[in-house]
Amino acid sequence: MLLEIENLTLLYGRIQALHGISLHVNEGEVVALIGANGAGKTTTMRAISGLRPVASGKIIFDGHDVTKVRADLRVIRGIGQAPEGRGVFPGMTVQENLEMGAYSRRDRAGIAQDLAMVFDLFPRLRERQRQAGGTLSGGEQQMLAVGRAMMTRPKLLLLDEPSMGLAPMLIQQIFEIITRINEQGTTVLLVEQNAQQALSRAHRGYVLETGSIVKEGSGQELLHDPAVKEAYLGVA
Amino acid sequence: MNAHVEKVRARGARMRQRWQNMPRQVRWIAIIALLVFLYLLPNRWFYINLWYFRTMESDMATVLFETSFFVLLAVGLNVVVGFAGLLDLGYFGFFAVGAYTVALLTSPESRFDIGWPWLLAVPAAVAVTMLSGVILGTPTLRLRGDYLAIVTLGFAEMIRLYAARNEGIANGQRGIPEIPHPVPDLKGSDGQSVFGVVDARPYYWLTLTIIIFVILGVRNLTRSRVGRAWVAIREDEDAAQIMGVPTFKYKLWAFAIGAAVGGLSGALFAGKQSFINSDSFQLTNSILVLAAVILGGAGNVYGAVIGAFITWYLPEWVRGIGGALGLEINVAEYRILIFGAVLIIMMIFRPQGILPSRRRAAEFADRRQEAAPTEASA
Ligand SMILES: Nc1ncnc2c1ncn2[C@@H]1O[C@H](COP(=O)(O)OP(=O)(O)OP(=O)(O)O)[C@@H](O)[C@H]1O
Ligand SMILES: [Mg+2]
Repeated sequence: MLLEIENLTLLYGRIQALHGISLHVNEGEVVALIGANGAGKTTTMRAISGLRPVASGKIIFDGHDVTKVRADLRVIRGIGQAPEGRGVFPGMTVQENLEMGAYSRRDRAGIAQDLAMVFDLFPRLRERQRQAGGTLSGGEQQMLAVGRAMMTRPKLLLLDEPSMGLAPMLIQQIFEIITRINEQGTTVLLVEQNAQQALSRAHRGYVLETGSIVKEGSGQELLHDPAVKEAYLGVA
Repeated sequence: MNAHVEKVRARGARMRQRWQNMPRQVRWIAIIALLVFLYLLPNRWFYINLWYFRTMESDMATVLFETSFFVLLAVGLNVVVGFAGLLDLGYFGFFAVGAYTVALLTSPESRFDIGWPWLLAVPAAVAVTMLSGVILGTPTLRLRGDYLAIVTLGFAEMIRLYAARNEGIANGQRGIPEIPHPVPDLKGSDGQSVFGVVDARPYYWLTLTIIIFVILGVRNLTRSRVGRAWVAIREDEDAAQIMGVPTFKYKLWAFAIGAAVGGLSGALFAGKQSFINSDSFQLTNSILVLAAVILGGAGNVYGAVIGAFITWYLPEWVRGIGGALGLEINVAEYRILIFGAVLIIMMIFRPQGILPSRRRAAEFADRRQEAAPTEASA
């Protein structure tokens, strides 16, 4: 098991955002986390990457308890994240953004290799290498956020709504890229509003409702689950 | 809006490119010429020929010293505000800590009466201010948002009020006199100490030299991993963290380095004035330095230099012009007034400052884009 979360609770002041959730991600999987707006998906991701301290519970990554480990050290251990709303550095060029992804790495050859790999996945980014991150279109920023997370050479890639704000053509494309990334050996935990796409590409999935996990199963099981269909797939 | 961003970037890039395309020798000659000019500037035989540039009402060398001193402060604050993006409103608190440390260590009137020479007290003052920066920053820099601004503001006021009220150590309003000048043994051809009371030029030269070294140090830092970390933190702290940047550590570094430069300025000030009390550390000074940094273009060392130069030198110069026309102009009052107005105008037309860093310009453009309601995200 690459990631295991046990009974995680998280507070925003007095508001409890996560009510003891447990989930796990196996090595090599794509796992989808779906749920309505405000269910706590982003919160879960931020807890895993360490951007938000948890109130109780455990996060075990790659055999180590990282619950209290600082976010920047979790990156070194292999947790890479493309945050919700992209979070690209607006004043840095595409190239510089990607180099920031490799900030904690020293292996020059490996970095060059990964840069080539990212440009390979997103040829658009290669064309825009010298353009400032802040002037990219929304879709391009999304690609940059995913590419930048890949530059940390993660064992586990956390993607928070990578299809947000993209045109249908691009959504298709970004999901294909996620599949490719996974096939090249990176484990993926994926948060999505686009449940149809996410579940059909995921090995397994979890359904989050107001801070609790209410369902889990294989991607196909959830896709055909009547309750999930009604709530998240827009079919009665 | 993208077009605007591109234009700003293109213009900045063109100027930079033109400079970089010049042959190496030409660039060196230009830099050396500028330095020679700056070092010659306080000499009467030199500036007397600069009709439109010199100040006419006040002693040019004194004004230059004050200006250089203000520039040093701005360069230090720029590390904190411009590079790391931390809003420090109490910068003068560190200045005061540096000045008082020197005063207490050197003056025979100080409670401790250990009479260190000025030169020995300077590193001590820098160390003490840096330490006070770390102590102040450690709890505050863990928090996000406006806490830092409020805490630093409180810190500067606390130091000032303590200095004003405390009789035991700071001597209250009476202050600490008889602070020795720098290196009293260094004698000029007339047998007088080079660093004396009358001639401000040596202090200007000293400050100018320190500024050059500080700028070189700062430039090296910004081009290193530390500098990249600062930019990332300033632009998006969360994103910086998930790139593996130890954000707290680097924020603390920026804060401590800024504090150290503030302390160094304070030590210089004490050595020049020979006397300090709490009146030297008014809050408006903190704000004025901040205004200078923003005016010049936060994030760029040279922007900070130009901003500080304009903020300090221009009003003195205007006073000279006013004097020539028979007008009485109170510099201190007008400084605040003019810069209030200039800053407002700047914020409207050129929020990135006169000479922003390339990145800063794009960041501001990005923020404008976010603010523009018509722009739908793609
Ligand atoms: N910084 C915060 N302070 C207080 N409450 C917050 C904060 N961030 C999130 N919340 C609350 O926590 C709950 C979960 O938010 P979260 O962002 O995790 O939802 P989400 O599932 O990602 O939703 P969406 O699909 O809209 O992105 C929401 O009720 C939200 O209002
Ligand atoms: Mg979310």
